[in-house]
Amino acid sequence: MQAILDFIKSSRIKSPWLMHFDCGSCNGCDIETLACLTPVYDVERFGIVNVGNPKHADILIVSGTVNHRNKKVLANLYEQMPHPKVVVAIGACGLSGGVFREAPNVVGGIDKVIPVDAYVPGCPPKPEAIIDGVVLGLQKFAEKSLA
Amino acid sequence: MAQTILPFGPQHPVLPEPIHLKLTVEDEIVVDALPALGYVHRGLEKLCDIRDYNQMVQIVERVCGICSKIHAMCYCQGIEEMMGVEVPDRAKFLRVIWSELHRVHSHLLWLGLFADAFGFEALFYQFWKIREKVMDINEATTGNRVIVSVNQVGGVRRDLSAEQLRWIDAELKVVEAQVRALRATTLDDYTVKKRTKGIGVLSSAQAMELGAAGPTLRGSGVAQDMRQLKYAAFDRLDFQPISYPDGDSWSRCAVRYDETLQSIDLVRQAMARLPEGELSVKVKGKPEGEVVTRVEQPRGELLYYLKGNGTNNLDRCRIRTPTFANIPPLVVMLPGLELADVPVVVLSIDPCISCTER
Repeated sequence: MQAILDFIKSSRIKSPWLMHFDCGSCNGCDIETLACLTPVYDVERFGIVNVGNPKHADILIVSGTVNHRNKKVLANLYEQMPHPKVVVAIGACGLSGGVFREAPNVVGGIDKVIPVDAYVPGCPPKPEAIIDGVVLGLQKFAEKSLA
Repeated sequence: MAQTILPFGPQHPVLPEPIHLKLTVEDEIVVDALPALGYVHRGLEKLCDIRDYNQMVQIVERVCGICSKIHAMCYCQGIEEMMGVEVPDRAKFLRVIWSELHRVHSHLLWLGLFADAFGFEALFYQFWKIREKVMDINEATTGNRVIVSVNQVGGVRRDLSAEQLRWIDAELKVVEAQVRALRATTLDDYTVKKRTKGIGVLSSAQAMELGAAGPTLRGSGVAQDMRQLKYAAFDRLDFQPISYPDGDSWSRCAVRYDETLQSIDLVRQAMARLPEGELSVKVKGKPEGEVVTRVEQPRGELLYYLKGNGTNNLDRCRIRTPTFANIPPLVVMLPGLELADVPVVVLSIDPCISCTER
């Protein structure tokens, strides 16, 4: 049994499943995240699969500012993900609220609601930067998985 | 048959953005749909209280990351009209070039997502591969792939050199050939027709009554396009709106497919007729008065209402976006459909939620 558990621990690092949530972003970061999946960047070659179900996901990619309506949705999605899990915040808005930080309905960055493991700056970040952020997140994921 | 209420969204695999639909279904058939919005609302119109009218250009660009250039153009045109500024000719043509490039990349993005909605993943990848070339043009000419930030009140901030124009022309030739090669697969394929023909029908009378906009309106046989208003340099370009009569998902797809090629042609026309001259004029004074401007976004008519009070900050900046106009038609299209067709029809209006909720 222990051998099987060890096998799962080491193999889930090689094939992380990823879920993307748009948390009030302007679409800029979202389309760049989607572009990572397309033939030019193609993150599937790293074993990354984009899934829509939080219970299948290892990595949560969040773009955009948190507002008063979607903060519950974001927290809910995070709660539903199984351990170990990693959160990557994308774009200036996800980091601090960006240009919208003073807008009336904005709470702020993603880390106001859920813990964030990797931050990707940019407005919007290039797909290369997003891949870099996910790879950084994967290192944390490996630490958490093997701990 | 008992009725069941199914939630669709806010987080859903087919939607890159959070929109929530409460679908009332009887067995597999949708009988009613109720949209619930507000997941992306940031309240950015209110930011005009603390940002001056020049800084607002960068704020309105971030209303929507897919058509950012066109938002900024609409806003700048409004302020320029209010302040009586005449924009140089070269700037008008450059605005057309970048806004039509935005339309090309937005439509290619949509064609890909639409293919994904009915499960044709290979076609999705093909369109997104082609789209990357347009993103490269954006990056090479403006320094950013998505939020290009070329507009300012009074003109544009960047120029295109003769060498860049030649390169864009060569790249667009490749894009055009690749898009044309996908025509049969996108519009004539048996499976694609099965999933889109006669699905989500909106008659032209309904489209007019409910105030549909953009490709949703033109897919219902109404040839109406804000570019007919001849804003920017459209008065000196040959342009005819494209429309298809059937009003189903296939027609809306065909309109966008043809518009992609049309926008490539418009970019070429604008590059060929690009006059020499200044890029921008100096703007003096403070905006005062009221103005309404309209431009054509990839998704339809975009309307800005701006009110200045003689200070640096605007009194009001009201943005009405095409998806807002297209949600009532969507609610009419959904009843009677099978549940599996809902993602296709929702995508067929090209919903841009961040525009709608701002």
